Amino acid sequence: MSEPCAIEARALSKHFGSLVAVDKLDLDVPRGRIYGFLGPNGCGKSTTIRMLCGLLTPTSGRATVLGIEVPGDAAALKARIGYMTQKFSLFGDMTNYENLQFIAEIYSYPRADRERRINELLERYDLADRRKQLAGTMSGGQKQRLALACAVLHKPDLLLLDEPTSAVDPQSRRDFWAKLFELAEAGTTILVSTHYMDEAERCHRLAILDRGVKVADGTPQELKENTGMHVVEVLADDPFAAQKLVDTVPGVVSVTQLGIRLRVLIPDSIEDPVERVAARLKQGNLAASATLSAAGLEDVFVAVTLKPERVAA
Amino acid sequence: MKNSLSRLGAIVRKEVRQLRRDRLTFGMVVGLPIIQMLLFGYAINTDVRNLKTAFADEADTHLSREFIANLKQSQVADVRYRSSSPAELEELLRQGRISIGVHIPRDFDRRIVDRERAAVHLLVDGSDPTILSVANQLRSMPVGFDSTPPAADSVGAVEVRPYYNPERRTPVNIVPGLMGIILTMTMMLFTAVAIVRERERGNLELLINTPVSSAELMIGKVIPYILIGMLQLALILGVGDLLFNVPVRGSIVDLYLAASLFIAANLALGLLISTLASTQFQAMQMTVFILLPSILLSGFMFPFDGMPRFAQLLGELLPTTHFIRLTRGIMLREAGIVELYPAVIALAAFAAVALTLAASRFSKRLD
Repeated sequence: MSEPCAIEARALSKHFGSLVAVDKLDLDVPRGRIYGFLGPNGCGKSTTIRMLCGLLTPTSGRATVLGIEVPGDAAALKARIGYMTQKFSLFGDMTNYENLQFIAEIYSYPRADRERRINELLERYDLADRRKQLAGTMSGGQKQRLALACAVLHKPDLLLLDEPTSAVDPQSRRDFWAKLFELAEAGTTILVSTHYMDEAERCHRLAILDRGVKVADGTPQELKENTGMHVVEVLADDPFAAQKLVDTVPGVVSVTQLGIRLRVLIPDSIEDPVERVAARLKQGNLAASATLSAAGLEDVFVAVTLKPERVAA
Repeated sequence: MKNSLSRLGAIVRKEVRQLRRDRLTFGMVVGLPIIQMLLFGYAINTDVRNLKTAFADEADTHLSREFIANLKQSQVADVRYRSSSPAELEELLRQGRISIGVHIPRDFDRRIVDRERAAVHLLVDGSDPTILSVANQLRSMPVGFDSTPPAADSVGAVEVRPYYNPERRTPVNIVPGLMGIILTMTMMLFTAVAIVRERERGNLELLINTPVSSAELMIGKVIPYILIGMLQLALILGVGDLLFNVPVRGSIVDLYLAASLFIAANLALGLLISTLASTQFQAMQMTVFILLPSILLSGFMFPFDGMPRFAQLLGELLPTTHFIRLTRGIMLREAGIVELYPAVIALAAFAAVALTLAASRFSKRLD
């Protein structure tokens, strides 16, 4: 427990042939925290997680997980890691109890304490009355609770979650996160990959990955404060026409439509962002208003994953 | 080590539990051998009997009448019509009313004596090769035919004596071979599908992140199927004995030893398939790809010696071929497993190679 970080990676890279899946990734994941990996599909989240749990050998660079060099003693590491897959991966034709029992057996959880631990988990994850139900017949949220119960059964120090809430309704997702905070509070380090902004928002710290490169790293608050962008929000009756118009304003690097609102990103080196946008809207005779807004995580994400040529322009 | 064993146990228990719940697979384990036995045992009959026959006896002598009587007794021919001329026989043949026409020329007695020309003409419906081959057996009927020496006291001096299956009952021949086919099908398919299914459902992604090693996983998944294989073997032997009276003349221990080797070879093959296939459908296709030649080229359907050289070479590459040699040897000819060592060595080598290949592919990491 003396190491300062649960995960430490330096210049970690993974190439698949000519494809660079992860490019010189530096990572410091503090203990007892929920650390988020935010990024679109194919950005290297899963590849990174697989390297960290020893399933993939890095092409170059090095990483230490829970003080153990990877890839190294994979067996010792696996015993201290809990892993939850994106897709439900427990046995649908076995009951909840049997699934937990199987996991307890393969992790060699002390026999004397097994029964107590399984009951405790069934209780904690609201599955006590579904003990004898086949896992495959449960709803998405219930399956996910079972998966989490199985992932933490052997009391791992590090929990790796690969897009855990992709098949779950918002209420279940909220409940799920409440459980994650409980675990973090109890000292478990959690690394969670996601492409949902609201999930990313809940993490203590966040790394944004784009095409294998880490483009931002910090607490959600820090990230929002340091976008390097003004965010102008435009409310328009005809947002589609407004978007086309605003897109041509000099300095605008991105326009994203959210219903009748437009989120407009303009580099903070430009002094009069709102005026510029408002002037153009007026020119185009559109009924619309422009106001300065605080950056949300979505804006951060758009800002850091912008194509470079657009920023330069 | 202790942990490793308990992990292995966990996987075996899980596998058995899932198998018990999978009614269809469980039904196949028991149903497949029984249905195949009934199908092959009752429906397929390679010894043709009671071929519809007509004869035209132009000689009508004591000897010729005796020949006809002999023919009737053979049960191969079902003598239905008596014709007056070869032309009439040809017509019956053409109409499909008979499969064999027997023409005995007027100078039958003399022909038997001087052996310069065939004494009897068989007009055979050659469009069915099985009938043709059966009719060929009739050539060896005792009547101074071709090169057959005409015993002086004539009819009945030379007789056909088939060994090992004197009654020429198909099941006796089929059951030992069928054991090979059924085990090939179930062992290979079940193992391959069991593993590919876990991959498809994502279970494997979970398992590789646990302390379970790939060896534990492989062995743990295979053990229940070894037991199933043994169960099927007992079932086949039981049904074979009960319904078809197929004997086990040799040692049952030898038979089970041979089966263990064969099951090992097939499970290894199933594992290998599972590392190659990414969906259950692909796994099934690959199984059929191996199963079909196992049925056709192993000597199960057609006599191995009668196959072209190239087909024989292919057949030698199939574990089923060697297993069928063992089962026929042990069950019918009362041979010991040691006497049949070439087949034993071939099976062992096959199992070792397939298992090594499967293990090296299976333990591969994700990259």
